[in-house]
Amino acid sequence: MLTKRIIPCLDVRDGMVVKGIQFKNHRVIGNPIDLASQYSSDNADELVFYDITASADNTTVKYKWINDIAAAINIPFCVAGGINNIHIAENILASGADKISINTPAIENANLITELAKRFGSQCVVVGIDSFFNGSNYQVYAKTGKEESAYQTNLTTHAWVKEAQERGAGEIVLNCMNQDGVKKGYDIDQLSSIREICNVPLIASGGAGCMDDFLQVFNKSNVDGALAASVFHNKEFTVMELKKYLIKSIRVRI
Amino acid sequence: MIGIVDTGGANLQSIKYSLSRIGEEYKLSTQWSDFDDCEKLLLPGVGAAKNVMENLKERDLLQPLLAESTKSIIGICVGMQILFNYSEEEDTECLGLIPGEVKKFKDSSLTVPHMGWNQVSMNKEFDDYSGYYYFANSYYVESTEDITIGHSAYGNKFSAFVRYKNYYGIQFHPEKSSVLGMEFLKNLLRL
Repeated sequence: MLTKRIIPCLDVRDGMVVKGIQFKNHRVIGNPIDLASQYSSDNADELVFYDITASADNTTVKYKWINDIAAAINIPFCVAGGINNIHIAENILASGADKISINTPAIENANLITELAKRFGSQCVVVGIDSFFNGSNYQVYAKTGKEESAYQTNLTTHAWVKEAQERGAGEIVLNCMNQDGVKKGYDIDQLSSIREICNVPLIASGGAGCMDDFLQVFNKSNVDGALAASVFHNKEFTVMELKKYLIKSIRVRI
Repeated sequence: MIGIVDTGGANLQSIKYSLSRIGEEYKLSTQWSDFDDCEKLLLPGVGAAKNVMENLKERDLLQPLLAESTKSIIGICVGMQILFNYSEEEDTECLGLIPGEVKKFKDSSLTVPHMGWNQVSMNKEFDDYSGYYYFANSYYVESTEDITIGHSAYGNKFSAFVRYKNYYGIQFHPEKSSVLGMEFLKNLLRL
């Protein structure tokens, strides 16, 4: 059977990997090629690069770092951020990315999911969802990259997950905002609830603080993979250490 | 020299980089005549079966592919699937170079696409290459004694690596399967 995937996530700005505290104070922590190679040889199953570069110009220079990563590693990787049309998606895939992940542009134009799936195949198309529990409902948020631009949409997370799948999304990354950055564990309740209606791979995001958090999310929410950033970047534990911890009860690739 | 048949997929970088990494020379083309000096041809694995078949037709690659009897033809992922007679993906007639059909994963308890790293068990001849490989497929070929060299399981057993005459089919992505994938590819291209 398939193994559960451990997926480090890296924020890239102007071709460098950065780390910010609550969307601010970005500090360069390395170049994407070195970090990608490091995570790849540490047995990461996949990588996600979230491009937070502000400039809107869509030139091949902008995607050079993607090409460099494709040349440097031989595990799959996904690129997210700013993909709002077929042309940009094509450039990113042609530069060597295996998947593209779309979030706000899909909310603003759901047909984009359909078009991308038709053109490149569902296995390339990931829909990222920022979801917030407002006390009674799980609600989808858009433009969460900056605090001042984030807004609540009128979509419930359940309805949006269903629509994204119907339109051809091949994978859902569910970022549970209540847990994000808090490091108190993944949002087991929400992920379990979404799992029931999600027939494509479901990736948990937001909240990882310790190795047990990964064990819990795989055991209780039956997600296909778990994404995390700070625990890996801060070297609290390596992917390999995590996998050795998990392998007692979870199928992982070592 | 390895010939990569350009079937129109968006991501050909990974396979090119993989070949460079293992020291294989290659050329990428849509022209069959360019492959005269190639002993092996790769059908890369991106896109949908119907789309790939249509591209082969448009590029006049269909007839030479069907007629080729000496070069090894190696299909990866959808490139493997089109070697068979038929695919359930958009009801597509395929090349028919290997007998058999390509089916959709239908078990409702499975998430589809089958995406991620799965264990492949190879037969004796390739046993050194048993291990985890990266897959991204919604369709599969059943595992049969005649052609299956390596199998994996998702609900049921399915073919991960097949051989028939001068045709090889790889359902996983060796170019995305880390060190083992590179070793597997290196070995296959030197057979």
